[in-house]
Amino acid sequence: MTPGSTSAACAALIRRDLTLVWRRRGDALNPILFALIVVALFPLALGPEPENLRRIAAGVVFVAILLAGLLALDTLFRGDYEDGSLEQLVLSPHPLSLLLACKIAVHWLTTALPLIVIAPLLGELLHLADPVRWVLVLALLLATPLLSLLGAVCVALTVGMHRSGMLLALLVLPLYVPVLIFGAGACNAAQATLPYLAPLLWLGAALVLALVLAPLACAAALRISLS
Amino acid sequence: MNALTLWFHKIGSPPMFYRIAGRLAPWCFGAGLLLGLTGLYGGLVRAPPDYQQGDAFRIIFIHVPCAWMGLFAYFFMAANAFIALVWRIKLSEVLAMASAPVGAAFTFITLVTGSLWGKPMWGTWWTWDARLTSELVLLFIYLGIMGLYNAIEDRRQAARAAGFLALVGVVNIPIVHFSVNWWNTLHQGSTVRLLGPSKIDAAMLWPLLLMALATHLWFFGSLLARTRVGLLELDGGKEWVRAIALADGARNHG
Repeated sequence: MTPGSTSAACAALIRRDLTLVWRRRGDALNPILFALIVVALFPLALGPEPENLRRIAAGVVFVAILLAGLLALDTLFRGDYEDGSLEQLVLSPHPLSLLLACKIAVHWLTTALPLIVIAPLLGELLHLADPVRWVLVLALLLATPLLSLLGAVCVALTVGMHRSGMLLALLVLPLYVPVLIFGAGACNAAQATLPYLAPLLWLGAALVLALVLAPLACAAALRISLS
Repeated sequence: MNALTLWFHKIGSPPMFYRIAGRLAPWCFGAGLLLGLTGLYGGLVRAPPDYQQGDAFRIIFIHVPCAWMGLFAYFFMAANAFIALVWRIKLSEVLAMASAPVGAAFTFITLVTGSLWGKPMWGTWWTWDARLTSELVLLFIYLGIMGLYNAIEDRRQAARAAGFLALVGVVNIPIVHFSVNWWNTLHQGSTVRLLGPSKIDAAMLWPLLLMALATHLWFFGSLLARTRVGLLELDGGKEWVRAIALADGARNHG
């Protein structure tokens, strides 16, 4: 890789973001703990009958992971905005959308992937049926990058604000609704032993579309809020 | 510069638009009220009761025009947001942000009247079918746009950010419109068509179309009135606003 080229800049950005996460690896555990606690609240509220829990298990795990991802979204640009490196990113000669795509990818790797890894455990807490488990993991593998990409666009719009948590939820959650419907829909179809491929394919199509468009939209949004 | 572009630039300048909007808005409100009352008379008094739903169907004359307006207002807002983002036209920013609360109000009315209509017909206030859910999401998107607009201090930057969100939210519009065709839902399919014959009797159709026209006029009246306020706020420090304020003050004291 020649120094100064776009690919070198992307590699450097990925290495830097990963290093930053590694230096504060305690924080990286927070989304996992959050999802665990949220899932643990349901048996306490609804009673421990396995039959009841099994029926809602996939949906609850999906929502818990979605909410954990929502809370983690704020960290996507927060640190970079505060120390000014986000502005340097915008000013750099390399395509901003590509750099942001790298940032989003690292963010997904460090916040969403651990959540997917513990998803079977979360399902086990709620007595999730065996065949549904892998459908859930597959649906999450397709849905969480989509959530990260959609969320990144909204975070870019609120990046300059001080208390943006509630507002961010208000902006992001309506856009998350279709992803939730298809993702949880696949799990529910698998639970009822119906064909579940169609919603997964929809998710995949949406993911491909978002992979192309969301970094561009994110870059445009960031330029608006930093202008 | 030819005459058309010149005219366009003149209309787009805030003081000029402020004056034109001030003259047009009362006419829009007046005509909207007149057509609305005629439409309601036609719908509530003249139209025959439905063979199946009896008199309960008459809420259609509020529900359907408001639903159309909820989508139309979003389309109008997104188009203006696009113009504002691409060509940086100040007036379009104000127009886009002025149409958000009006569209949200129409969407809210749609949800409430639909809920009232659903109770006697479906036996439930609410059901999670595709049309109702997507309409609810539309309301939330409207609220998100308004929330984002109010959260940013700088008015022009706020309008651009919220306008961008409006463009992202456009994905939902075809989902709302086609939800009754794509999914097999409790909500009935569309009865009135632009292309091809409508599946509704003429005695019920004309009040419905009249109401649709009335809600459009009301939307534009409301939009113009809001845009005037928005322009005054945005150009608070400018000479023309000062002149208006001074003239206003002189009238009140004199």
